[in-house]
Amino acid sequence: MQPTQDIALLLARFQFAFTVGVHIVFPAFSIGLAAYLAVLEGLWLKTGRTAYLDLYRYWIKIFSIVFGMGVVSGLVMSYEFGTNWSIFSRKAGPITGVLLSYEVMTAFFLEAGFLGVMLFGMNKVGRGLHYAATCCVSVGTLISMTWILASNSWMQTPQGYTIDPATGRFIPADWLAIIFNPSFPFRLVHMGLAAFLSVAFIVGATGAWHLLKARRAGTQASEPVRLMFSMAMWMAAFVAPLQVLAGDAHGLNTLKYQPVKIAAMEGDWESERRAPELLFGIPNMKTEHTDYAVKLPLVGSLILTHSLNGKVPGMKDFPRDQRPFSPVIFFSFRIMIALAMLMVVVGFWSLWLRRRGALFSSSVFHRVAVGMAPAGFIALLCGWITTEVGRQPWTVYGLLRTSDSVSPIALSNMALTMTVFVVVYVIVFGSGIGILCRLLTHAPVEGEHETSPSHAPDILATSTHPEVINSSPGKGA
Amino acid sequence: MDVAYWLPIIWAIILIAAISIYVVLDGFDLGIGMLFALERQEARRDVMVNTIAPVWDGNETWMVLGGATLYGVFPGAYSTLLPAFYLPIVLMLVALIFRGVAFEFRVMTRGTGREKLWDIGFMGGSGIAAFCQGVILGGVVQGINVVDGTFVGGSMDWLTPFSVVCGLAVMCGYALLGATWLIWRTTDVLEASCRKWAKLLAIGLFVCIVAVSLWTPMLHAPYLRRWTEWPNIAFVAPVPLLVIILGFLLTMGLRRGHSKGPFLCALGWFFLCLSGLGITIWPYAVPPELTLWDVSSPPSSQFFQLVGTVILLPIILTYTVYSYRVFRGKVTEADGYH
Repeated sequence: MQPTQDIALLLARFQFAFTVGVHIVFPAFSIGLAAYLAVLEGLWLKTGRTAYLDLYRYWIKIFSIVFGMGVVSGLVMSYEFGTNWSIFSRKAGPITGVLLSYEVMTAFFLEAGFLGVMLFGMNKVGRGLHYAATCCVSVGTLISMTWILASNSWMQTPQGYTIDPATGRFIPADWLAIIFNPSFPFRLVHMGLAAFLSVAFIVGATGAWHLLKARRAGTQASEPVRLMFSMAMWMAAFVAPLQVLAGDAHGLNTLKYQPVKIAAMEGDWESERRAPELLFGIPNMKTEHTDYAVKLPLVGSLILTHSLNGKVPGMKDFPRDQRPFSPVIFFSFRIMIALAMLMVVVGFWSLWLRRRGALFSSSVFHRVAVGMAPAGFIALLCGWITTEVGRQPWTVYGLLRTSDSVSPIALSNMALTMTVFVVVYVIVFGSGIGILCRLLTHAPVEGEHETSPSHAPDILATSTHPEVINSSPGKGA
Repeated sequence: MDVAYWLPIIWAIILIAAISIYVVLDGFDLGIGMLFALERQEARRDVMVNTIAPVWDGNETWMVLGGATLYGVFPGAYSTLLPAFYLPIVLMLVALIFRGVAFEFRVMTRGTGREKLWDIGFMGGSGIAAFCQGVILGGVVQGINVVDGTFVGGSMDWLTPFSVVCGLAVMCGYALLGATWLIWRTTDVLEASCRKWAKLLAIGLFVCIVAVSLWTPMLHAPYLRRWTEWPNIAFVAPVPLLVIILGFLLTMGLRRGHSKGPFLCALGWFFLCLSGLGITIWPYAVPPELTLWDVSSPPSSQFFQLVGTVILLPIILTYTVYSYRVFRGKVTEADGYH
């Protein structure tokens, strides 16, 4: 292959990784937040406690921005398969394209169709129907995740196809086998929990921020603030350990179907029993050695096989041209694990504080919770990098190489669009995140809908206008 | 009955329908964005945006459906057209990003001094996206260079006088859709301005339609035969006739103060133009080389997706109509969705 083609391939990969990496954060945010909003509205309808409605109104504004950014960055993805990976899309489109179409028809329309009612329709349709709309949007985000992970998992552990010898195309033979491929259930659970956990830590950090702010002002934090913090910490306490178990199960599944990915994640070169776990090291693909390794004896086998004597794979078991680039996933995997451990600690810490009645008064804990705001999302991104870079050098695992998937796009054009994407994404999503942070530094407004129901055209709308948020007396702040 | 023959035809009809729905629905959204150039007053701009804020997201989803359907059902077209129109597609996507986030950002940044930038993003994004869509449409009609199912042309092949005229035609058409939508959904000063703009835009679009219609048959010999040879001509002649009749009705509607009529006439124009386009290039998916059957995915893919589409599309249309009905009626400055 020519050097310019190599660079073009690398740019195509980098461009795709960059755009999907930015994108993935927003749907994950939407999945978690939509579910949270459905829970809040459901609890409000059931108990009539206004703090739930206050929180709903607070987080729905965040949701509308996050969802919008997810839509526009996702639109790019639905065309980028063709612009960057035209050979892949011609060969695998009969499978992955169909799964994507099902995602659009069962999920995207459902979300978009009811989002308008959810955001603007409270007074037009009544509470029951409005709650139904919220639930539709939430279910839509979950269905969307299911299809895209079915497609992604099929690329990792393909089955249920035949290959047309004349064209090299994948011909679907058994759709149930394609959708329920071996890694799909593990990936689905792991990603779903990751989305919930990421949002729990954002909500928790927001609550903690306002608890700290109230303490500094010498006032009692408002009920919605305490409520959101408490709910988020329940999630952290239960979902973070659950996620560790799910991740472990996913790891075992990967060991079975993609052993070289595991070897590269662990920086292991030789296959061995009673293998150590590397805490640190710099895998070198050329010398086939992990430099500066810091090892914990036996733990590698224990984690990967659940047995001290278990055999773990090494990269040397596999030809050089089938190994993923270990230096990246060795670290992305470790960052994910470290953050997972921190999240579990925060969860258990919250249980301990709650038992002692100090959940709302421990400022050290609140500071930690604020610092942990991005922990879920960073872990999610690192996990995604691990699994996708670990899939290399294939697009369809073991069957279609990435270098055979790329579009015939000139290097100069690829470089041009790469620059455009980076500049635009920094401007647009940078501004978006700035706006989100600004909104989150305002405390939720309490019970405003009760004061003047007749003047407000929509009880949700009253809280959506920034001037209202800015000017209204934030009792909690 | 041979499924490998009929499935691509059924899918072509569904795809044309999906693209048409996208074009008219997001057409008025993008048109409203462009009309920001004519309406400078912030409160009235808010009204314009509020008429579409609850529905634009669903409208744009039709475009995702178009892309996904092409990918799953006609991967041969997806994998040749997208590299061929690489630059205008990327430009369109970037423009749609600015347009999409501006709905929220232009309101959320008020008071920070940056709100004007997002108004420009909304207007510019809408205009550029519309232009790119027209250019791509024109580019498909004029054809791309394909050998053995792979695009082999240059990266700027799409840029021709014809495609640029198509780009301008779509901008003009979307702006007309936007203006007539606002006539239907707004009141007072804004409605009156829109009637004025719609009149000019209708004239502009009519000129564009005539230009593109006369130009297209000159591009490829089969196009010319499709429109001029007997017995084709008997079936296709109503299209230009209906364009003229609808143009007449549109002018009448604008003059007599009809509320919904001008919008429906503009929709009719789009329907006719897209039908004309379909008639012209049929049965090619990637003119002048690849037919529908050349670019199709295997019947097992097309059939599986068809089952889902037949069940889901009516449901989608039902709740889309429901959502539009929830937000029906005139929008005024007193309605503060935002």
